[in-house]
Amino acid sequence: MVEFQPQIVVFACNWCSYAGADLAGSSRMQYAPTTRVIRVMCSGRVTVGFILDTFRRGADGVLVTGCHPGDCHYISGNENAVVTVRKTVRLLQLLGLEVERLRLEWISAAEGARFARLMTEFTGQVRDLGPSLLGNGAEREA
Amino acid sequence: MIDTPRVGLFVCHCGSNIAGPVDVESVADYGLTLPGVVFVQRNLYSCSDAGLREIKEAIADQRLDRVVVAACTPRTHEPLFQDACREADLNPYLLEFVNIRDQCSWVHMREPEAATRKAQDLVRMGVAKARLLEPLEEQQVPVEPAALVIGGGMIGMTAALNLANRGFAVMLVEREAELGGMMLRLHTLYPTADDPRKVVQERIAEVQRHDGIEVCTSTVVSSVKGFVGNYEVTIEEMGPGQSNALETGDDSHPSVDAPTPRFATAGVIIVATGAQVLEPEGMYGYDGRRVITQLELEERLRTDQLDAGRVVMIQCVGARSAERPYCSRICCTTAIKNALEINDRCSGVEVYILYRDAETQGPRYEAIYGQAREAGVHFIRYDLGRPPEVTEERVLVYDEMLGATLSIPCDMVVLSTPLVAPSGARELAQMLKVPVDEYGFFLEAHVKLRPLDFATEGIYVAGTARWPSHLEETIVQAYGAAARASTILSKEHVTSSGIVARVNGHLCRGCGRCVEICEFGAPTLEEASSGMKGAHVNAVMCKGCGTCAAICPTGAMQACHFTDAQVAAMVRAALEPSVASLASGNPS
Ligand code: FES
Repeated sequence: MVEFQPQIVVFACNWCSYAGADLAGSSRMQYAPTTRVIRVMCSGRVTVGFILDTFRRGADGVLVTGCHPGDCHYISGNENAVVTVRKTVRLLQLLGLEVERLRLEWISAAEGARFARLMTEFTGQVRDLGPSLLGNGAEREA
Repeated sequence: MIDTPRVGLFVCHCGSNIAGPVDVESVADYGLTLPGVVFVQRNLYSCSDAGLREIKEAIADQRLDRVVVAACTPRTHEPLFQDACREADLNPYLLEFVNIRDQCSWVHMREPEAATRKAQDLVRMGVAKARLLEPLEEQQVPVEPAALVIGGGMIGMTAALNLANRGFAVMLVEREAELGGMMLRLHTLYPTADDPRKVVQERIAEVQRHDGIEVCTSTVVSSVKGFVGNYEVTIEEMGPGQSNALETGDDSHPSVDAPTPRFATAGVIIVATGAQVLEPEGMYGYDGRRVITQLELEERLRTDQLDAGRVVMIQCVGARSAERPYCSRICCTTAIKNALEINDRCSGVEVYILYRDAETQGPRYEAIYGQAREAGVHFIRYDLGRPPEVTEERVLVYDEMLGATLSIPCDMVVLSTPLVAPSGARELAQMLKVPVDEYGFFLEAHVKLRPLDFATEGIYVAGTARWPSHLEETIVQAYGAAARASTILSKEHVTSSGIVARVNGHLCRGCGRCVEICEFGAPTLEEASSGMKGAHVNAVMCKGCGTCAAICPTGAMQACHFTDAQVAAMVRAALEPSVASLASGNPS
C-alpha cells in the first residue's frame, strides 16, 4: 500500500514566514513535498473562514505561519492570527475534526531550518492522524 | 469582469535551478490546460532582458490581460516583472508570481516527480488567483528630503556626511554623550596602523562643521511611524546618567532629567548602531586585569600601560561555538596586529597566539600574518574539543601539531571575543519593523540582491550592526547605504503600493472594528450623506496587511490583491486532485 500523502495548506505571511521558506530554499534544505503555501501579507489576514474552507475543500492539515510575537511587520497582525486560530480550533471540535490538524507557528525570516523542519514534522503529525474526515484522502490512500 | 480573462503563463527554467529537478516542459504543458490560460512560454531565465522582452511582446501580441510568472520568489523579483507589465501597458497588479524555485525545485531536489507535481499544483493555484486579479491604483506620496541616521560612530557619521554633501538634511542620533563610537577605544587600525582616534576626530569635526547635519547626542529613538518618504520619528534626549538606558522604567518623580521627546520627519532611515565586544564573563578566568579582552588590550596599548614579559592570546573565545557559531571576522587580524605591536614596542616580550583557524582574508591582511610569523610570534593551534586552560601563572594548551600539551608561563592573557549585537538592537528592530537574525544582527532584504536594504522600503543598514566586518568594508557600506537612501531622497514622490484595504460601502454598517484594530490609523469612520457612519480607508496610510478585512464582520472590508475570493480560489486549486492522480496509469 502506498503511504498516505496528506494534503497540507500553509498560510505564510510575506515578511517573515514566506521569507523563512525562501531561506530554506536558498540553503537547499530538503523537506516533505506535501505542503502548498498561500502567501498573505500578514498572518492577521487569515480568517476563520479561510481555514474552515480549506478543510472543507479536503485539506488534511492547515498550518498558519507568521512573524514571532513582537516582530509582525504590521505591529500586531499576528495577535489577530492567534485569536483566529483559537476560534477555529473550537469550531473544528464541533465539526469532529482533530484539532491537531491545525497549527499556528511563528517562523522568522532567518529561520529557514525551522520552516523546513516544520513542514516535515507537521506532515508526519497529519499523516499519523490519517485522512481528514472531510478530505479526499481515503481515495488517495487506496 | 465581463470578459473572460486571457492569462499568459511564463515558466522559468532558471538555468538548471528549476529545470534540474522539475520537468518544466510538463509544467508548461499542464499550464496550457488550465482554464483561462491562452498562452504559455518557457524562458531559460524569465528575468533576463530576453525573457522580459518576450513577456512584453506576448502581452501585446496575445492581448494578455493577466500574467503568471512561475519562477523564483516574489520577494526579490516581483517588482521586475511588475515593471515589465507596466511597460506593456498592463496594470502591474494583474501579475501573479508563483514560486517554483525557492519553495519547490530547491527543496525537493531528490524527488523530481513530487517536485514537478508540486510545481503544477502551484501554477494551478497561481492561475486560479490570477483570473480574479483586479487592476489597482498606486498612490503618489511626497518625499521629505531628510534622513535619520541612527548611530554616531564612524559608519553613521560617514553615511550622514555623504547624504549631507548631496544636499539632504540629516539628523544624526547617538545614544552616547559623544560621537565616535567604538573607534574611540581602539589603539591602531590594520592594515595601515593609522591612529583611529585621529581618523574619527577628523570625521567628527567634519560632521560638526556641516550645516546640513543636526547632531543629537545622548539621544535615543523612541518611536517610528509612517512609511517611506514620510517616517515620523520621536527622539528623546536622555538626562545625565540615563544614557545607554533603554528601559524607560517608571521613575516617576518629576526631575529636570526627564526625557524631552521631539518629533521629526524623515524620508529615509539608516541604521548604523554598530556592535559591541562580547564580555567573556566566567571564561578563562577573565578578570579585566591579568586576563583581558583584545579591546582592553587596545586601551592599554593606547595609554601605554602594557607591562608584561609574555603574552598569550586565545582566539575564538565565545565564537565559533555551539552557542555562537559565527566567525567574527575581525579578531584574527586584530590579534596579529596587536601581537606585532607588542613585539615592536617591547623587545624581549614573547607573544603566543592560540588559534583554531587563522583567518586573515585578502592580500593585505594575509601579509600581516606573514610578518607576524617572521617576527617570531608563536602560533599554536588548538581544538575546540580541548580548549586551553588558564592557571595563575600559565596557560596550558594541547598543541595539535605536536600532539603534546604545552605549558606557557605568562603575565597576561588576552581573549579575542567576537562582536555581538549591541544592547537595544532588538528593541530598535521592533520599532522599525525590520528583522534581526538569531544573534541580533540586522538582516538585510537579500544578502546578494539587496544588501544594505531592508525589505521595508526606505530603511537601510550599514556597518557592524549588520554583521562583523573590517572597517574598510563598513565604510564602503556607509557609502552604499547613503547611495541607496538618496535614490529615495532625490525623488519628489514615491509610489505607495496599490495593495491596500477597500470598503464596500453597501456592506459596511459602521461598527468601527477596523478603526480599532488598525495600527496605522488608515480606516476612519465618516458620516455619509444619509447620516449613517461608514468606514473609509486612507490609501496612503494603509499598509495592506489585511487584518481589518479579516475581522470585518460584514465582509465590507476587502484586502486588495488578497481578497476572500482570490484566497478561496487558491485554496480550491490547491486541493483539486493533483495531475498525477488524474493521469495515474498513464505515465508520460
Ligand atoms: S507580517 Fe508576519 S505576521 Fe504580520
